[in-house]
Amino acid sequence: MSDEITFTIDGVEVTGTQGQTIMQAADQAGIYIPRLCWHADLSPGGSCRVCTVKVNGRAQAACTYPISEGMLVQNETDEIREWRKSIVEMLFVEGNHFCMFCEKSGNCELQAMAYRFGIATPRYPYMFPQRDVDASHPDVFIDRNRCILCGRCVRASRDVDGKNIFQFVNRGRETRIAINAEANLADTALSAMDKAVEVCPVGAILRKRVGYAVPVGKRKYDHEPIGSDIEARRAKS
Amino acid sequence: MNLKVDQVVKKLTAASGRDRTRMMDVVRGVQAELGCVSGEAMEAIARELGCERVEVEGVVSFYAFLSKQPKGKAVIRISDCVVCRMKGADKVTEAFEQALGIRVGETTADGQIGLERTACIGLCDQGPAALVNDVPVTYLSTEKVSEIVDSLTATGEPKKLVKTLGEGKNATERIHSMVINNVRKKGEVIFAGMEPGAALRKAAGMSPQEVIREVKTARLRGRGGAGFPAGMKWEFCRKAAGERKFVICNADEGEPGTFKDRVILTECPELLIEGMAIAGYAIGAEQGIIYLRGEYDYLRAHLEFSMAQMHEKGLLGDGIAGKKGFAFDIRIQMGAGAYVCGEESALIQSCEGQRGSPRDRPPFPVEVGYLNMPTVVNNVETFCCAARIVEKGAGWFAELGSKDSTGTKLFSVSGDCSLPGVYELPFGLTISEFLETVGGRDAIAVQVGGPSGTCVNPEMFDRRICFEDLGTGGSMIVFGPQRSLLDAASQFMDFFVEESCGWCVPCRVGNVLIKERLDRIRQGKGQAEDLDYLEQLCETVKRCSRCGLGQTSPNPVQTTLKHFREHYTQRLVESKDGLQPTFDLTAALGDAVEAQGREPVFHED
Repeated sequence: MSDEITFTIDGVEVTGTQGQTIMQAADQAGIYIPRLCWHADLSPGGSCRVCTVKVNGRAQAACTYPISEGMLVQNETDEIREWRKSIVEMLFVEGNHFCMFCEKSGNCELQAMAYRFGIATPRYPYMFPQRDVDASHPDVFIDRNRCILCGRCVRASRDVDGKNIFQFVNRGRETRIAINAEANLADTALSAMDKAVEVCPVGAILRKRVGYAVPVGKRKYDHEPIGSDIEARRAKS
Repeated sequence: MNLKVDQVVKKLTAASGRDRTRMMDVVRGVQAELGCVSGEAMEAIARELGCERVEVEGVVSFYAFLSKQPKGKAVIRISDCVVCRMKGADKVTEAFEQALGIRVGETTADGQIGLERTACIGLCDQGPAALVNDVPVTYLSTEKVSEIVDSLTATGEPKKLVKTLGEGKNATERIHSMVINNVRKKGEVIFAGMEPGAALRKAAGMSPQEVIREVKTARLRGRGGAGFPAGMKWEFCRKAAGERKFVICNADEGEPGTFKDRVILTECPELLIEGMAIAGYAIGAEQGIIYLRGEYDYLRAHLEFSMAQMHEKGLLGDGIAGKKGFAFDIRIQMGAGAYVCGEESALIQSCEGQRGSPRDRPPFPVEVGYLNMPTVVNNVETFCCAARIVEKGAGWFAELGSKDSTGTKLFSVSGDCSLPGVYELPFGLTISEFLETVGGRDAIAVQVGGPSGTCVNPEMFDRRICFEDLGTGGSMIVFGPQRSLLDAASQFMDFFVEESCGWCVPCRVGNVLIKERLDRIRQGKGQAEDLDYLEQLCETVKRCSRCGLGQTSPNPVQTTLKHFREHYTQRLVESKDGLQPTFDLTAALGDAVEAQGREPVFHED
């Protein structure tokens, strides 16, 4: 096929199709590139930068960068692993994360990423920001303490739910996710069944009354590290 | 519902054709007329523009000059740029606080006067400086503060603060400003003067391809700082597919210490307009936008006047220079206080009425730009150079400057030198030659290219200023022996923390962490390991950030760590007992002590 593109990731030859991102082609090939803001059903965000790879020597986000013939991608090098670890640690100190009693524990992508990278404790000082919780909605609550500003809810609400309920406001360190109302989530058109609720990678947007339903030991990341599903594809082929 | 809010919003949205992409004009207008963009106004704007309220909030909360809460009728925004602070901005700020009886960030009880700090407003050569609404006030001193407060209290009219007028066109009625141009050296390209229309008439006699070839042959590189070849950019855009194409002028110079475009916009906007029209001709665009930084609002009427004059002379509009089919027009898009909008894709987002967060690249704006159409974005000075290249020929231009940085460059010179101001000098001079010219012989350091550039030490003063050695968009800040470079670096980091768009993690979080550890060292609480820690952090932020802001924001720390390492090591402390000397037990226990109301008992051996 003419639109087939061949390139390498860490020396392994990978074939993708014209228009794919590095992430898409790598996923197909069973090569896992860590990511947090990316979600299979959404357009890529390119904001967490955990998927940073080197393309012909230059750092790029794998989730947004298009593949081209013969490009040299580096994924698993010490340097890149160090950057990714550093970014995940930044996220831990930026918010107020309390894994030990969070409903999302064991199913949380941020937590799973920390385990995958072997992060026992972040090297950076905690910022302990003042953030609010909005529990006004009957079926859903937002705890901004646990938000990593990945923007999945923004994209899902806009592109999938067609509601545009979430949006980034402010800038820099003050950036936060706002809702389409003066104050309360209850005043928006959000439904517990919205894609925007489902896609939150952490415990920031959660359905009410369903926490801790899965016992420890049976949660998503209790036995296999995040990314194992993708890596299994390669093992099979 | 508040009728006035509704009325104002309806009027402003109608004026911009109820076009969602013109959100910036609407929210700026609401802010100007109502003193804020309240939640109610957001609802109304969303209704009129057919979007959601939270989108409006996203935009309003992004820009420093827009606010949801009411601001004073007159807002005094003091530039907290490193240079203005070198010249005494902190004392001036204190004096304002005393005179007004409020702190920075507050508004007087009668709602008349607000006091704020703002990022560099492009008046470093005549600082400390401030904006009072859109009126620039220069050469501030503690003595002048009460006079300003009295005048504002009595009249409520910022324009009344203008008592003396600057030289040149600053004195015209349309600008009517105390700002001075301070042009210290005129060179052959920008400030040599050109007969209006000379470049456009020449271009009209050439094919678009010939124009591009001329710019390429002249080896013109972008003047904004990155130095990308302008002719190549134009060629990419010309070749890109799109039913319409656009030319955008980046007049959002926000790099602290940069103010050269201000002088071009004041004294020779016609040259810029010709350059833009020529670019339009070359790439096949009929529409141009000047993205003017909010801080330069006082120049807007002047630019509009210049464009009207060009229209009258047949140098804008249809049939430019008498050539059938040569059509080009320009609108001004005002910014509202966001440094990151100087990044070309963020600038485009802002032109489309969005938050000024940069876009992912590729695709580049030359392929997918404004309204997803191929777009050329160049700096003010770049367009001026292009016009002169077409007028005088590529050979003439290429002979000026250095091999890979042809032509002259405008430098915005400020800091500890006797002759601050704007200089047009050929590329390729050494730092020593530069310091000699600007009266900065005592310099211990020069910040070349502003905070996102390089801080150079005296051993590097034989290095040359050009893209092949030390590149710069024009900001040159001179530091004298009395300055602490770590204080300056810390202030630069404050700037980047404030101006980060917040989209990507390394820039949003990393810069805060860099600043925290730098300050720890400044306070004499740092250890040797902290230098490694900083180097690692700087590397992550530089490599992993999405746009040029984060890719350069660690430079104030990284380049001083490299070129002035002793400034850091002098302040480090050694651990005597193996414990972290940086850990302040009393401070760490502070909250608990307060909550419990009893002091801890310390046991000392």
